[in-house]
Amino acid sequence: MNTRIISNTKVFSWKHFFLQWEWMLVGLLVIIFMMNSSISPYFLNYTGISDATMTFLDKAFIVFPMVMIMIMREIDISVGSTVALSSVVMASLYNAGVPMIAAMGACLLVGALCGFFNGYLLVKYRTLSAVIVTLSTMILYRGIAYMILEDQSAGGFPTWFSFLGWGYVGPVPFILILFIIFAIGAVLLLQKTTFGRRVYAIGSNPVASRYSGIKVDRMKLIVFTLAGLMAAITAIFLTSRMGSTRPNVANMYELDVIAMVALGGISTAGGKGKMLGAILAVFVIGYLQYGLGLINIPAQVLLIVIGVLLIASVTVTNLRGKGKFQKKKSRKSVQKAS
Amino acid sequence: MKKFGILGIVLTAILALLVACGDQGAAGGSEEGSGGDTGGGDDGDKRHAIVFKSTGNPFGEKLMEGFEDAVQEAGGEAILRAPEQPTVEGQIQIIEELISQQIDSLTIVGNDYDGLEPVLTKAMDRGIEVLSTDSAVNENSRMVHVNQADPEAIGRIQIEAVAEMIDYEGEIAVLSATSQASNQNLWIEWMKKELENADYENMELVEVTYGDDLRDKSVSETEALLQSYPDLKAIIAPTTVGIAAASKVITDKGLQGEVVVTGLGLPSEMAEYIQNEVSPWMYLWNPIELGYLAGYTAVALSDGEITGDVGDTFEAGDLGSYEVTETEDGTEVLLGDPFRFDIDNIDEWKDVY
Amino acid sequence: MTEKNLLKHINLANISKFREFGLLGFIVLLAIVFQILNPAFLTFGNLADLTKNTAILSILALGMMLVLITRGIDLSIGATLALSGMIAALTVREFPGLSPLLAILIGIVVGVICGVVLGFLVSKVGILPIIASLGLMNAYRGLTYWISGREWVSAYQMPASFKDIATSSILGINTLVFIAIMIFLFFYYFVNNTITGRQIYALGSNPDSAKISGINSHKVYMLVYTMMGGLSGLAGVLWVSKFASAQGNTASGYELTVIAACILGGVSINGGIGKVTGVLLGAVLLGVLDNGLPLIDVSPFWQMGIEGAIILIAVLFNTIVKQTVEKSHRLRRVI
Repeated sequence: MNTRIISNTKVFSWKHFFLQWEWMLVGLLVIIFMMNSSISPYFLNYTGISDATMTFLDKAFIVFPMVMIMIMREIDISVGSTVALSSVVMASLYNAGVPMIAAMGACLLVGALCGFFNGYLLVKYRTLSAVIVTLSTMILYRGIAYMILEDQSAGGFPTWFSFLGWGYVGPVPFILILFIIFAIGAVLLLQKTTFGRRVYAIGSNPVASRYSGIKVDRMKLIVFTLAGLMAAITAIFLTSRMGSTRPNVANMYELDVIAMVALGGISTAGGKGKMLGAILAVFVIGYLQYGLGLINIPAQVLLIVIGVLLIASVTVTNLRGKGKFQKKKSRKSVQKAS
Repeated sequence: MKKFGILGIVLTAILALLVACGDQGAAGGSEEGSGGDTGGGDDGDKRHAIVFKSTGNPFGEKLMEGFEDAVQEAGGEAILRAPEQPTVEGQIQIIEELISQQIDSLTIVGNDYDGLEPVLTKAMDRGIEVLSTDSAVNENSRMVHVNQADPEAIGRIQIEAVAEMIDYEGEIAVLSATSQASNQNLWIEWMKKELENADYENMELVEVTYGDDLRDKSVSETEALLQSYPDLKAIIAPTTVGIAAASKVITDKGLQGEVVVTGLGLPSEMAEYIQNEVSPWMYLWNPIELGYLAGYTAVALSDGEITGDVGDTFEAGDLGSYEVTETEDGTEVLLGDPFRFDIDNIDEWKDVY
Repeated sequence: MTEKNLLKHINLANISKFREFGLLGFIVLLAIVFQILNPAFLTFGNLADLTKNTAILSILALGMMLVLITRGIDLSIGATLALSGMIAALTVREFPGLSPLLAILIGIVVGVICGVVLGFLVSKVGILPIIASLGLMNAYRGLTYWISGREWVSAYQMPASFKDIATSSILGINTLVFIAIMIFLFFYYFVNNTITGRQIYALGSNPDSAKISGINSHKVYMLVYTMMGGLSGLAGVLWVSKFASAQGNTASGYELTVIAACILGGVSINGGIGKVTGVLLGAVLLGVLDNGLPLIDVSPFWQMGIEGAIILIAVLFNTIVKQTVEKSHRLRRVI
């Protein structure tokens, strides 16, 4: 049955175009918009729709590097703690008299260092898996944040700092503009450059890519450092949103981010998925939450809806992918046999 | 073709599920009096929202119940919300959703003292009356705070109680919630100040530990206290999970009478341990009344009856008349003294909250 | 050919033995440090607390080991634990006369159902375990809040017989610890001496060849997730009985602790590798940390940082030992 569809190449390719997961997400987004506007009279309102982006885009910056990490068959669960640590460092430095711009620079530096440290450990000790390394540093980074601020909060930032998380450029939220710029950059980086192709190559077959001259270690270092850097950008926006910070912020952000990436069609088995999918997934989850929030559904129902949506959507990808999967597997076993 | 079929079916299923859940949410909401599914609210009743710390907390459920009673008595509509986890981020998101719904008033039980200032300021700029209750937010973020009891009194009364239980002599320890909980930190400050009093010169506060409001961590912290301080006489736990976990440890170890537990706890959680005399008595305020008072304060604010300034007075239904008073940071409405639960009255309260 | 295989086998056995000694040594070292800093650490009372608190973690870690060996992961166990604990607690609240054994059975049944759903999604539908269990984690947690009506079940609402599960003892050993030991022995026998047990490892080390050699992979996946669910259900009842309270947010985030115990114990996230004794040591290491850190006189704000540093050092220590051993054996590794 599967083979019949595959052999019918001409029709299949047409279908294939519209059956791409990204189109499904666009469809889902349209459905969510329709649903939202029918269930709440407050949804179709420009201010609401644009303000909503401010609430879910902060953590979305981590989605970009996480897509690359997951395509490379790795994972980073320390990002939430990295957000907390870099935010706490920034706020403490500012309160200690360092100019805000320098403090923000330090925030980015700390984030990048956290990510680099993860990558360094992975490269240095190749037998270690990313789960155990980032699980350890998840505890460590947040622990350091607690050492710095203890039971205090730090804040009192200059007024312009709140612009980052709350400000508009014309009618568009600043964070949305920055997100779109980053998103375009991320799509181009992963889909159009050698760097991106290497990410996919490593994900499809790490051993082969090592033999074919790709510097796998360097790639890992870059991607994990990027994850730390993006976590620091999230930290800046989140801190701006709250106007102050504490060591316990951004708790469990890693799972939110992984959910977005997974809904975006990226598989942890590596090598598959597109940046655009994950970016669309950010908006799907964001507006679903916002819409259901407008009719004040209880938190437990929201949890169930998101859980079921995640599973249902991935089931669809799987049903779609079955044919291709078979083909790929047979090729793989041939490769093994030879 | 078959693939299209599958896709169609799955997508329709998702859609149906979402709509069903949406309906359910709305239905569940109207059951709780929080149905915001129609636009009818605009031209009729005023809508008052309350955002608690996190969902599934019995104290919060009772607080919201009292809030809802008050708002409905006043002819308004109540919206009850809480994020899944007790985080500032979750509360910011909910408040944004409430701002979009153009509610009339917002009552916040803050997960952080300062972290909600920007979003609450935005709400006030959009003409929403903002007040806090139970766990306060800073004075720039709200118009008035509805206080369960004076933090100074809460701190001092727990030391007085513990002193009476151990005859003003011996080592005591504090088991708190998270180190980030502003309420608890403030009470502990007042406990320390009360201990400076000469009456307590034979008492020593040996340690302040944090159980993070988690059962397992609170239990290990209590066990560690007992191991490290064999002469420990009392544990003060100003938090629901902590006081119950500490009492459970004392009960299991058969230390009744040797180490006493007191603090702030829910009667339902503590009934067992007040009856077995691990905790001779403990304190709490009535969350239903606190919510009720907050509900009437919200109504009074949105009706323009009060502005949150010192000296304003209003009627709070069955509770009588209240006045807005001045405190160190901002203004407040004070519910009253914390209530003492002991073996004589615990039976009538354990089923209430 | 056979000789080579045998040699390889011996080397691997040595390595894994060495690994466990490394971990054991690390635990002993840590215990000595704690003992120096607070003499109350190595007392009978404290060690009893330690084992009691580690029992539930080790039960869950053994189940997670099987899941990880098949290259899977289960993030839903914290939520499964909460759901089955809540259902058991609600049941004994309604029927106080219910036998505690029946309460445990209810918890296990609920857990098994949760596990079967996940097993089905993973084995039949073919969803990646991390995503399926992440979705179910949300769904089960939501269900827990829903069926409890967002209330808690408190100590006075539970019959004494139910609370006694955690405080009573069998043959002089605390029941929680006794159950954990029984499960440990069962797992030891199961993974080492049964065909199904070996199949789990075979499937984890090389899914393709395992399938070719006739192992029914669906069945094995179904089995490991169902067992994981059943153990989470059991742990849920024990948890609720131990703390005498059932909350909607019980054990939120606990899955990461369980996974940490497994990985510290030498289970590879890439499948195929993991020993029962190692996992037990991993759980004990975390138990020692949870028990010992509050005992030493450091600021509570430093505890988390110290814990993270110790875990990282333990992980690196293990790896360095392993790499050194491997180098000396000149084994070529497959990346």
